[in-house]
Amino acid sequence: MAPLKGRAFKFGDDISTDLIIAGKYAHLRSNLPELAKHAMEDANPEFIKLVRPGDFIVAGSNFGLGSSREHAPLVIKMAGVSAILARSFARIFFRNAINQGLPALICPTDKIADGDNLEISLDEGLIRNITRNESYSFTKLPPTMLNILNEGGLIPYINRHGDLRI
Amino acid sequence: MGKTISEKILSTKSGSDARAGDIVISAVDLVFAQDTTGPLTIRQFKSGNKQTLASPGRTALFIDHASPSPNRQLSNDHIFIREFAAETGCLLFDAGSGVCHQIVAEQLARPGDVIVGADSHTVTAGALGAFATGMGSSDVAVAMSLGKTWFRVPETIGIEVTGKFARGVGAKDLVLHLIGTIGADGATYKALEFMGSAIDDMPVWQRLTVSNMAVEAGAKVGLFHSDRVTAEYLKSQGRGKEYTPIASDADAVYERMIKVAADRLEPMVSMPHSVDNTTTAKSLSGVHVNQVFIGTCTNGRLEDMGEAASILKNKKVHAGVRLIVCPASKKIYTQAINAGYIQAIIEAGGIILPPGCAGCLGLHQGALGDKEICLSTANRNFKGRMGNPGGLIYLASTDTAAASALTGVITDPREVL
Repeated sequence: MAPLKGRAFKFGDDISTDLIIAGKYAHLRSNLPELAKHAMEDANPEFIKLVRPGDFIVAGSNFGLGSSREHAPLVIKMAGVSAILARSFARIFFRNAINQGLPALICPTDKIADGDNLEISLDEGLIRNITRNESYSFTKLPPTMLNILNEGGLIPYINRHGDLRI
Repeated sequence: MGKTISEKILSTKSGSDARAGDIVISAVDLVFAQDTTGPLTIRQFKSGNKQTLASPGRTALFIDHASPSPNRQLSNDHIFIREFAAETGCLLFDAGSGVCHQIVAEQLARPGDVIVGADSHTVTAGALGAFATGMGSSDVAVAMSLGKTWFRVPETIGIEVTGKFARGVGAKDLVLHLIGTIGADGATYKALEFMGSAIDDMPVWQRLTVSNMAVEAGAKVGLFHSDRVTAEYLKSQGRGKEYTPIASDADAVYERMIKVAADRLEPMVSMPHSVDNTTTAKSLSGVHVNQVFIGTCTNGRLEDMGEAASILKNKKVHAGVRLIVCPASKKIYTQAINAGYIQAIIEAGGIILPPGCAGCLGLHQGALGDKEICLSTANRNFKGRMGNPGGLIYLASTDTAAASALTGVITDPREVL
């Protein structure tokens, strides 16, 4: 698989699903293109104007805590983000991101600054920081989740295999 | 080697010797979604090749988050949900029935069940000894279709609570104290299992409050043993025959144990903007509040209505404070009317909302204005949670909320009890 390339958008610790996509926009959840215009709005209102296809969200610990709304990883993906890097993820968000085919990578993120150019090889498990000439490795996904991610998400996975496998 | 409650339930439901760290495929006994996650769940279900429910009688859809609907878009989502329920024959709890987690506790959850819901507070049913956890729409859609899901069997953190709670201190203070101690990610991917003399005596309505907030420490489940208290509760709901005892083994392996002395706990408050940002109510005395919200899947039960009514009876809510009270289910609402609680709350100046999630997630019925402060009995105080990133949310028990509604400032309830 070709490496993912883009710029880092840096966020802090404990980015909740309310900051990712606020509950007040629940009326837009059946109109995903409109909903996605509000991605990350309460964390960084400029994000949606600046993000370009391929870019990365780079955050601290416990990214995605809170609600089970799968719209959270969905709007991030629709905004063009190709992967989320964080020191740790909240459980439901982590699973939802993989189920939507959006890589959620656990790695040290302190050395990555806002705007750094990154290249990520999912096959090699490596993040290259082009701006700083550094590399970082990320924690491998458990095989069950890797297989789901490789099929592009849970529903495509089930449609292909007809059942869950571990 | 003995097993925790999680290991026991997942062993039974996966037909294997499940141990912490294992990945298992487990049968699912109850699967549900609500009106803000349901439409995506239904669309994911319909994009699957197999479009029949594994168990229509154990699949439920709830219209509770926007109940009744505040706008045409959500009204159309509700139509979509009702049509799906009619097509598939699954259970539908329409607007006015109450919050999904309360109805699951009253009518659907059984000890030993594996329950998955498209709502993070699905953990609430852990109070009845069910392995209940929140998942996203794709996972729930697959569970609806296949009747199973995959889990990593969680390590368990044991929480031993001994002694007796002082007057004005209870389950909400315990769980806020716990989250403040271990942090908002202190139990991520783990199970919490509650035990000890204070837990043995704890009634189900309080156990539900504790399990409900397990997810605020990141936990996958918040489990109580199924015991005589559970049996009494199920009997009171007309489901006595659904009782089965569940307990962890004496030699079960815990990742760690946390001990809490109930008698040393004080009324606790979470400050903006995170649940683990806790302190005592006493140390915040004098913080002015614009709105007090009593309700939700955390504290909208009959006994919460009773606590609020006993503090407010024959008194008046402080001028300039909006007191919003929302019973968590139709059953609770009816019982609270019969008990005189609702009249006492209204006469004190409270506003009663129809059973549902109300203002908790910022959709309607209590959105905050800029710089407004809300003291809420809900489970989350994230920035923007109640419809406005410029609002400030403090979380506390029903006693603390009702006392503060009288004084207009955050108040240790022991001052008015």
